[in-house]
Amino acid sequence: MSEGRSPLFLERQGYRGRRLVDFLRILPLIGGLLWAVPLLWPSGPDSSVTTSEAIIYIFGVWFFMVLVSAVVSLFLRRSGLDLERKDG
Amino acid sequence: MGKRVLLIEDEPNIIEAISFILSRDGWAVATHSNGHDAVDVVLGAPPDLLILDVMLPGKSGLDILRMLREKLGPGDLPVMMLTARGQLKDREMAEKAGVNRFMTKPFSNAEMLEAVRELVET
Amino acid sequence: MATMNILVAVCLVYVTFLFAVAFGAERAARQGQGGWLRSPLVYTLSLSIYCTAWTFYGAVGYAARSGMEYLTIYIGPTLVMIGWWWCLRKLVRIGRTQRVTSIADLISSRYGKSNLLAIGVTVLAVIGTTPYIALQLQSVTLSFSVFADASESNGALADMDSTALLVAMGLALFTILFGTRNLDVNERHHGVVIAIAVEAIVKLFALLCVGAFVVWGVVGGVGEMMARIDASEIGHWQMRGDRWASLIFLSAAAFLCLPRMFQVMVVENDDEGHLRTASWAFPAYLMVMSLFVVPIAVTGLDLLPEGSNPDLFVLTLPLAMGKEGLAMLSFIGGFSSATSMVIVAALALSTMVSNHIVMPIWLSLTGSGAMVSGDVRNVVIMARRFSIAGVVVLGYLYFRFSGGGAALASIGLVSFAGVAQFLPVLLGGVFWRGATRVGAFTGLSVGFVVWVYCLLLPSFGPDVLMPTQIMQEGLFGWSWLRPQALFGIEGIDPMVHAILWSISLNGLSFVLASMLGFPTPLERLQGAQFVNVYEHSSTPQSWSGNAAQSEDLMIMSQRILGAREAQALFESEARRQGVSGYLPDTTPDFLQALERALSGSVGTATAHAMIGQIVGGASVSVEDLLAVADETAQMMEYSNRLEAKSEEQARTARQLRQANEKLQQISVQKDAFLSQVSHELRTPMTSIRAFSEILRDSEKLSETEQVKYASIIHDEALRLTRLLDDLLDLSVLENGQVNLNIQQGQLSRVLDHAIASALTGSGQEGLKISRDTAQETVLLSTDLDRLSQVFINLISNARKYCDAEVPELVLRVTHRDDTILIDFIDNGSGISKNDQAVIFEKFARVGAMRAGGAGLGLAICREIMARLGGSVSYLPGQGGAAFRVILPASSAMAAQ
Repeated sequence: MSEGRSPLFLERQGYRGRRLVDFLRILPLIGGLLWAVPLLWPSGPDSSVTTSEAIIYIFGVWFFMVLVSAVVSLFLRRSGLDLERKDG
Repeated sequence: MGKRVLLIEDEPNIIEAISFILSRDGWAVATHSNGHDAVDVVLGAPPDLLILDVMLPGKSGLDILRMLREKLGPGDLPVMMLTARGQLKDREMAEKAGVNRFMTKPFSNAEMLEAVRELVET
Repeated sequence: MATMNILVAVCLVYVTFLFAVAFGAERAARQGQGGWLRSPLVYTLSLSIYCTAWTFYGAVGYAARSGMEYLTIYIGPTLVMIGWWWCLRKLVRIGRTQRVTSIADLISSRYGKSNLLAIGVTVLAVIGTTPYIALQLQSVTLSFSVFADASESNGALADMDSTALLVAMGLALFTILFGTRNLDVNERHHGVVIAIAVEAIVKLFALLCVGAFVVWGVVGGVGEMMARIDASEIGHWQMRGDRWASLIFLSAAAFLCLPRMFQVMVVENDDEGHLRTASWAFPAYLMVMSLFVVPIAVTGLDLLPEGSNPDLFVLTLPLAMGKEGLAMLSFIGGFSSATSMVIVAALALSTMVSNHIVMPIWLSLTGSGAMVSGDVRNVVIMARRFSIAGVVVLGYLYFRFSGGGAALASIGLVSFAGVAQFLPVLLGGVFWRGATRVGAFTGLSVGFVVWVYCLLLPSFGPDVLMPTQIMQEGLFGWSWLRPQALFGIEGIDPMVHAILWSISLNGLSFVLASMLGFPTPLERLQGAQFVNVYEHSSTPQSWSGNAAQSEDLMIMSQRILGAREAQALFESEARRQGVSGYLPDTTPDFLQALERALSGSVGTATAHAMIGQIVGGASVSVEDLLAVADETAQMMEYSNRLEAKSEEQARTARQLRQANEKLQQISVQKDAFLSQVSHELRTPMTSIRAFSEILRDSEKLSETEQVKYASIIHDEALRLTRLLDDLLDLSVLENGQVNLNIQQGQLSRVLDHAIASALTGSGQEGLKISRDTAQETVLLSTDLDRLSQVFINLISNARKYCDAEVPELVLRVTHRDDTILIDFIDNGSGISKNDQAVIFEKFARVGAMRAGGAGLGLAICREIMARLGGSVSYLPGQGGAAFRVILPASSAMAAQ
């Protein structure tokens, strides 16, 4: 709480951890963008996009997000960074 | 009828002992066993001699003595004090309060009798 | 008919199973074997109360009507979970450091512990949640009726209202039973959490089974399924972009703001690390949950007769295929979804209602604020129980009077939009220090009004609550006030319109009012703590406790936390400060900790008010004002550190002074000791000497006189012996050379014996003793004679010195973490605080105790208890004189 300011440069381990957190922050934005793609599809009863294609795309994104999230959380656990106080 | 002695003391056995010693010698002994109203008792019927314990329930013997000395003139009432603590400090305080004789418990019966006689005759 | 009976039986078995699971979990947690109860997996599964019956049944119906739009409801929460580092982590950290009990508590706490704000949030939450509970009840009754129809018996359970009533009563009972076991809502409700985790598995499994059956059992494979989907009436991408985007936003917002989600996500959270696992596991759960929705919907549209209710395809499809077992499983899945939602929602809402509405009203009615008489705990628990029942009853009434049907089906999104009104205030409070209470009020009110006007009232259908005239021409005939075309902007989807306007007007007015107003010091302090929660995990000081009386605080805390918890808290705090006994100094740190502990029971605002009343009103010190006025973090840090240092010094000085005073007192006593021993020895010797001289010198003593004087000598000799025994006993005990005679026996027997011997000598038994013998059946293995000696001493003290008109001594035996506490509490005037420090010293006869024995009793008791590995101490704040004997774990053979 009172160690003062955090140092400017970090050791290699800490540096990796920081970038991991950066990635973690971007992740929901990536997800949001990927799921915004359907906004571009033509819509209507005779749309060129069939529902099965839509299912495959949306659930594909979903599966991808879960996978990436799981991998990140695994690394995060190893770095032991997430329970520290720094908000960056 | 001998002269009247008032004994203020809270230990029943000691009361019994002193009463026995003094009455055998011809004194009329009255007793009282707490400090609260001791002053009133003394003033109500002033005895020829007051024997006063220091450690009394309600009010200490020293306080009683001080109040009595305030109300009665000095030398009006001979007072003997008894204490079981026997510290020098107690004796000094008692003398300051105007005691005539200070005795430490335990005492010999002869010593007690002699002291009483001395106090009343002078 | 047979099916119906089996269904009811299965239902009952399942409910019994849930009760058993919850009960087992509570038990395991109590016995400290509940490590697995706090696993990340259980946490993740408990989050699944997001998926209610609206998901289980409704998603298929939604898909059958509107295609892929149902996915928005699950994509929003997925994004929030994946982005946990942004927001959830901070909410959980704040929730844990501030001991937040509900979303209303969080908001009220952030904005200067304002109870008015908490009431607003609570009311809004109740309005938003009640229809949703009604929806769950409806889904259960509807699914029952499906079976009733299928088994062609109209008589059996035709009365759907009574089904709903039964379900509602059962749920209220479950929630009361497992939700109000402990008062402190920050303690986890293990029973509830584990039950909803089980239900989470059941509903997922059920939906997967139905899905798998449809894809592989009915249709014949994935490829075939896809072809059928494309050939169906929802076979092409039909989506309004605005709905897609705004519904994803709405579900994300609701996920954060729903009271029940806040309950499982923040309040029940045990470990921040669980979020890490939940961040991918919960999106996976949602994904799997929604995977088979479209296949089931398409197959249902294909195979079931025209006009079947698509909301019930999950049930009717297996039934139509003759798979009654599967249908039953699916019914249990839907039942699980509905019940878990109602349980947690009732729990969350009842905490809010009782803490922010019932308790403040009760406290102001009883008039005396913090210094209430009686046990507040019972009041709080009763308030919470009634609130639970009230919330469920409200849901049931809504179900009855809305008559089910269409009005309810659309309520899911309406309800989401209602609670989403918390979002600006919540996020603003957590991320923006400039947010103020006035802003929060304004924002919430504006959002609420717009939501009611544009969405809630029209949702009941034309002319039910919202006249068609207003719908078409606007309020007062002002066309720019048309509920679905505010400011004359037409052509937007009504749902999107309402979300857009309510949230943006809410947010805008919140920000503007925040910027225009000026926050109170407490708001700024709380704002800094919330926004910079990671830096300020230890907290700035907000109490200046100079005048506070720890004893008063203890009395109050005992009533709220319960005697045991309060004493443990005060004791550990006192130990931390290096003060002996139960009364720590009222440092700001301690008051802060106490306020947190209390707020776990009665909410932040109430706890703050109660402490404020005792400490003397000045809730924020001058230093705090200065610190707040200074915007830079460094300055704040610096002044905090200075303050802490001078605080530290003041405390050290105070402790030194205390120690010094005690030393002086002891030295005076050491002096007095000799004089005391002298007095106690000389008094009996005086009699002995006088009478032995009388016997020696007098010849004419009668026989009776001789006997009498001899027996006086004898008695006084015994008295001397007793005194010397006591002195020796004490010195042996003090030097630790004592041999213990370890025996086994019942505590109750030891007490019986002690009471008998303490009271016999007294002649008249004036002291009434009340005991609870059930608690006393403890088998002890210790020196029973010594223990009895201690009890005798304490009881005879009460007999001699209790100055009440009708003296009474209460013996109270409690078990705390394996140690046994035996309290002796009388109803006299007690012992003054100054005397409490010396009564255990030798010859310390205080106040009224002058007339007694040699004054060695309590000193001996203390030494004995120390030898037995326990302790005896004075327990302040109990009304009369109270002594507590603590026996260590080793002396109890088997507790009960």
